[in-house]
Amino acid sequence: MSKKIGDVILDIQNISLRFGGVKALTDISFNVREHEVRAIIGPNGAGKSSMLNCINGVYTPQEGTITFRGQTFDHMDSHAVAKMGIARTFQNLALFKGMSVLENIMTGRNLRMKSDMFLQALRIGPAEKEEIAHREKVEHIIDFLEIQAHRKTPVGQLPYGLQKRVDLGRALALEPQVLLLDEPMAGMNVEEKQDMCRFILDVNDEFGTTIVLIEHDMGVVMDISDRVVVLDYGKKIGDGMPEEVRNNPDVIQAYLGTSH
Amino acid sequence: MAFFLETLLGGLMAGMLYSLVALGFVLIFKASGVFNFAQGAMVLFAALAMARFSEWMPLWLDLNNLLLSNLVAFVMAGAVMFVVAWVIERLVLRHLVNQEGATLLMATLGITYFMEGLGQALFGSDVYKIDIGMPKEPIFVLDTFFEGGVLVNKEDVIAAAIAATLVAALSIFFQKTSTGRALRAVADDHQAAQSIGIPLNRIWVIVWCVAGIVALVSGMIWGSKLGVQFSLTTVALRALPVVILGGLTSVPGAIIGGLIIGVGEKLSEVYLGPYVGGGIEIWFAYVLALVFLLFRPQGLFGEKIIDRV
Repeated sequence: MSKKIGDVILDIQNISLRFGGVKALTDISFNVREHEVRAIIGPNGAGKSSMLNCINGVYTPQEGTITFRGQTFDHMDSHAVAKMGIARTFQNLALFKGMSVLENIMTGRNLRMKSDMFLQALRIGPAEKEEIAHREKVEHIIDFLEIQAHRKTPVGQLPYGLQKRVDLGRALALEPQVLLLDEPMAGMNVEEKQDMCRFILDVNDEFGTTIVLIEHDMGVVMDISDRVVVLDYGKKIGDGMPEEVRNNPDVIQAYLGTSH
Repeated sequence: MAFFLETLLGGLMAGMLYSLVALGFVLIFKASGVFNFAQGAMVLFAALAMARFSEWMPLWLDLNNLLLSNLVAFVMAGAVMFVVAWVIERLVLRHLVNQEGATLLMATLGITYFMEGLGQALFGSDVYKIDIGMPKEPIFVLDTFFEGGVLVNKEDVIAAAIAATLVAALSIFFQKTSTGRALRAVADDHQAAQSIGIPLNRIWVIVWCVAGIVALVSGMIWGSKLGVQFSLTTVALRALPVVILGGLTSVPGAIIGGLIIGVGEKLSEVYLGPYVGGGIEIWFAYVLALVFLLFRPQGLFGEKIIDRV
């Protein structure tokens, strides 16, 4: 399987993030190429989620810049990020619990709904056509993630693994260019992990979506990612192909400790 | 039989008015997950604005037409409520994104006192009247079926019709439009809503604005019935059981809840009152709410949120 990896689409330069005296991230730089699967790994508290939150605009880094498709920002704005085509999933599920699976994924289409509110309310004219078109996209995503049977189920009633899929589905509904996945396989059993891996690779393959992924499961990371960046205590300690990273002594030390 | 129908209708009308106030609670809760303690204060504030503007309008603009000056006053009071919504978002809510529900509740408690004070400082603290020209005289209907017919208050009928229209419009707005969907999304999870590009700040202004308009309509109707005075804030307290009964997240629930409570109050007062010495009307709603809290805490139509442990 060979795929075309493009130019740099997302470029992180010298990002530092502090919470008071706590340095969450120190001078982190790395880039993400179009169509690749880029993993961020590191022990607990390494700053992986913080990094994602900087890209996503939840946190504002004190230093550094983020360049997305040639546009450079010193901080990102959540709303603008979604508009530019960066979507994300959450480490701890953040679904809209009062809604069904279908509605949850439908919310991901909101940004693209253009028709007038009053027309929407009355379901007439272009608004109806638009709603149907969006609904079709959403049904496609539901098929893709194999959750057809749960379409109308309130998300709170679904098992954890399926909720994770809905989270992914909602992000996919934005038709993002870059998809940020915060531990998509945390807390899953082997089978669920395999399914999720398959979905991630399929998204990457079929839609050409660039994927930035935080993951703990080393086996998974080494299998599916094209390049890996390693963080430890908010610093970057490794960056490269999976096998390079695996043999990097700093990385081994961070994960296993050293013998004295 | 005619007397029973009269009581029933009276209850339904009263219930419709409760629903209107309850709707304000439901709107804000649905769309931001905040239980808005300030709803009563907003009703008072809006009613004060409406009452004073309609009083000042003939002086300022030389309007002699009652309907026209009321209309202008309504639009101006609506504009005031929009400003209120915008200021609340700017100064309070924006700084409390991603905070616990309890924090937001406390913030609305602060807003309550502030608005009560500000409203009376701006518009005065006397008793004012709103005269929107609603006919006060009662009419008799169905007199072909019953001897003497059934007595209905025209004012109540009009008020109920206004309330019903408003409710229908809002239900459709929440269920069918993408903005409605965005509002519900924000209520469930701020961060996730932001991640799919829902502009939190704008959504909050919209919903507080809509709640402000609902407060204005209920303030106007209650105000024209009871006069605009400080005790109007307690109308919100009477709507609390309605919200508990109907479910905090359901627009239709607010309506049905209001009707049940209105009818229940009146019927129990008339038919049970004599056995227990009367006064049931005062506590009926609260006891009913209590029973619901014990057996069905999400209310009749509320979303039952199931958390997996």
